[in-house]
Amino acid sequence: MHTYRKGALWALGLAAGLMVLPAVAAPTEAEVIKTYGDIALAGYEDSLTTAKALDGAIDALIARPNEDTLKAAREAYKAARVPYQQTEAYRFGNAVVDDWEGRVNAWPLDEGLIDYVDAGIYGAENDENALYTANVIANPKLLIAGEEVDASTITPDLIANKLQEAGGIEANVATGYHAIEFLLWGQDLNGTGPGAGNRPATDYDTANCTNGNCDRRAQYLKAASTLLVSDIEEMIGNWQDGGAARKAAEEGGLAAILTGMGSLSYGELAGQRMKLGLLLHDPEEEHECFSDTTAAVYLYDVEGIRNVYLGAYKRIDGSEVKGASLSEYVAATDAAADSELRGLLNASVKTFEGLKERSETVEAFDQMIGEGNEAGNAAVQGGIDALIAQTRAIERVVALLKLDNVTIEDSDSLSNPDAVFQ
Amino acid sequence: MHKTLTALLALVISAGLAFAQDGGGVRSDLTPKDLERVRAVTAPTQDFSRPERFELLPAGAATTKKLVNRDSFSLPSANLSFEQQERFNLGNGFFTKLWVSAPSSTKASDGLGPLFNSRGCQNCHLKDGRGHPPFNPGESSESMFLRLSVPATTAAQKSAIANHETDVIAELTYGTQLQESAVPGLRGEGHMRVTYEDVPVTFGDETVVTLRKPTYSVADLGYGPMAPDVMLSPRVTPQMIGLGLLEAVPVEDILANADPEDRDGDGVSGKPNWVHDPVSGKVALGRFGWKAGAPSIRVQAAHAFAGDLGISTPLVNQSFGDCTANQQQCLSMPTGDNAPGESEAPDPILDLVTFYSQNLGVPQRRGFDDPKVLAGKQAFYEAGCATCHVPKFVTSRKAEVDALRFQLIWPYSDLLLHDMGDGLADLRPEGDADGYEWRTPPLWGIGLTETISGHTLFLHDGRARNLTEAVLWHGGEAQKARDAFTRMTKTERDALIAFLESL
Repeated sequence: MHTYRKGALWALGLAAGLMVLPAVAAPTEAEVIKTYGDIALAGYEDSLTTAKALDGAIDALIARPNEDTLKAAREAYKAARVPYQQTEAYRFGNAVVDDWEGRVNAWPLDEGLIDYVDAGIYGAENDENALYTANVIANPKLLIAGEEVDASTITPDLIANKLQEAGGIEANVATGYHAIEFLLWGQDLNGTGPGAGNRPATDYDTANCTNGNCDRRAQYLKAASTLLVSDIEEMIGNWQDGGAARKAAEEGGLAAILTGMGSLSYGELAGQRMKLGLLLHDPEEEHECFSDTTAAVYLYDVEGIRNVYLGAYKRIDGSEVKGASLSEYVAATDAAADSELRGLLNASVKTFEGLKERSETVEAFDQMIGEGNEAGNAAVQGGIDALIAQTRAIERVVALLKLDNVTIEDSDSLSNPDAVFQ
Repeated sequence: MHKTLTALLALVISAGLAFAQDGGGVRSDLTPKDLERVRAVTAPTQDFSRPERFELLPAGAATTKKLVNRDSFSLPSANLSFEQQERFNLGNGFFTKLWVSAPSSTKASDGLGPLFNSRGCQNCHLKDGRGHPPFNPGESSESMFLRLSVPATTAAQKSAIANHETDVIAELTYGTQLQESAVPGLRGEGHMRVTYEDVPVTFGDETVVTLRKPTYSVADLGYGPMAPDVMLSPRVTPQMIGLGLLEAVPVEDILANADPEDRDGDGVSGKPNWVHDPVSGKVALGRFGWKAGAPSIRVQAAHAFAGDLGISTPLVNQSFGDCTANQQQCLSMPTGDNAPGESEAPDPILDLVTFYSQNLGVPQRRGFDDPKVLAGKQAFYEAGCATCHVPKFVTSRKAEVDALRFQLIWPYSDLLLHDMGDGLADLRPEGDADGYEWRTPPLWGIGLTETISGHTLFLHDGRARNLTEAVLWHGGEAQKARDAFTRMTKTERDALIAFLESL
């Protein structure tokens, strides 16, 4: 772990001939990591609060299925995405978060595993994924990898331990936000045209049931929201003092923070969630493909990346968690590098605010990536470019702090089994 | 085979000399000083009292260190840059993508088939791990298929094989692979059927293990009878980890272990499979596939696109996949070509899938310093397993991907062909590989099979139901090592298995 003493940093700053000295004393690495952990804890606590509100709204929808309760549940889903997506900056750099994340936020999913789908759009069969159209809501018995599974009651245990990634197919996503999103909105049948999923509230009305099995659909939705709440509770424990994720963050140091920022920016957001969409022009290639809230959700990701750098997070109740920041730490070494990265992180947030606005006023993200939509494609590309620019600045900070070459061959690798032959 | 370590060293040296006479040589990417260091670090260990240096990290700096879970084979090399992570992720996007039949509303996604085994790479390469035979009779064979060919009989066919112009002679109607699925309006080619019979094996300590011996056939033939001399070779999908590192092992270091005529008389050959490389147009060393039929990951991927998905790429631009002239209806189906001459999967898709496949990381060892594991490691060496399952290499400084350059890796494979005896023989030659020969499969990651894939089915057709059965199926050149295993005490056998599970 690298611990730069304040004095040494001042000396370094002077040696580098910096004209502007930091206004505040540079924080220690430990202080920076404490803020980082505190923001994570707050973010997951807010995710829990909003997941519980979503769970309550789902109870109300099931008890009184009508357009108002359905709309309220959808709004609760959208609200739950705000704090959760800001925590995605904790992925990639932290093994405990990575190990858990797939349960709550996996995508894309083959929704035919869960419920009815439009055969014309979805395709009736997928020869290798026997569960592609398994429709567990309609089928109380399933065959998974040669084993008969009793799905007569849809429970959190069934969807988490039997259906999630059933048969080793990653698209068999049965749990988490996107399963709930599908159950609230239904398939988006509009292709790259306007409009989101349009599931009727009567899909949950056992008295006037549409599309069959309304009782089992309600069971599934409730099981998914129950599981979401308990999964987030588990992650909160991991970020409390002495928790596994907090400890992993302390061990990972500043390198882990920057790894999380860079990996989410470039490989995940700019790459898998945006560039792939531009390569394929496929309306399924968006993160929130049922609700068409993709652009908003990406904005929260970008804000989350900025939060961990600035050491500040605005909670859902309006209060702020703030402390010693990586930004201050970097500024103490090279004020220009810090200023550049802050500028690029702010520019990205602005770009993604623009994308969100475009998605709410002009066209949704799945339309933007449509083939031949030059203006839409360019808007998405603008977001990609902003993310790549900020990642380049993150790389410069990694090099500045000498965090890019962590282990080298030493005299006795048994004392350091992480050593690498070089 | 109780080969002493001295003898093992002698083998390495003599094989190296033998090759030098054949006009091979020493790898050209290293300074003399580095060459000396590489030789020292890759020499077989003689000290089993403690782990070797760097042994925790089988892929060097590329080794992944996340918590062990179902995703452990799906992570990128740990030392990729952010930009390379993006390439990996985009490749993953295409690897998990489901292709559709042409014509469709999404031009970039169509072209499936007309005949195909799968709609997407990941649907067979489940969790980037090992595939498996059907769990129940009559179930579709998701992550496994049959390769098909007929013996070379004409002079032209024999010459084409000898000159490496082709590696097999296709079955006249069904081609080189049985595709069970087809696009709407077309029949699939049939279904692989497998039956098993019990074969008991008794250990020196009287313990009995029952192996299951498979027999393969094809039911529901869609296009009439197959040639009477058709040869069927069953193949499960292999694990995907560390492939780029295997690609980066210098050819000279692989050939240094080759001894096709068994000049050292140890009963173990080690034969290269020289194959046609469509990228260079020349003959190259085969490294990938169960019989080392593909010289590179790019070629392997392009053939999988064409044969398994029926998707053409710039390298194998066959939009009709494995359709033959005897399948006229197949050849009349629409293709997904985006423009005349442009393949169904245009650039950069093959580049991205290749990069993804090169960079699936190898997880770090578990329990590498456990005394039982170390005892098992010693038993592994002393039984002669390490003769073919060569523990260590150092990758080339000229490797295509910078993250994979000059890494000390521990794949436990010599990447060469060996006669594995009657029991494992598929009796279907492929290039220079005869019907008894298989390429030594790497053992790294093998202990995570159950975690990743939910089963422990091993060997080229998943017939072995655990590691013990897999060892017992070894015959031919590996008979002596296998016999040594059967003579071990239960404690020794358990230790050896514990060692394998730590890989």
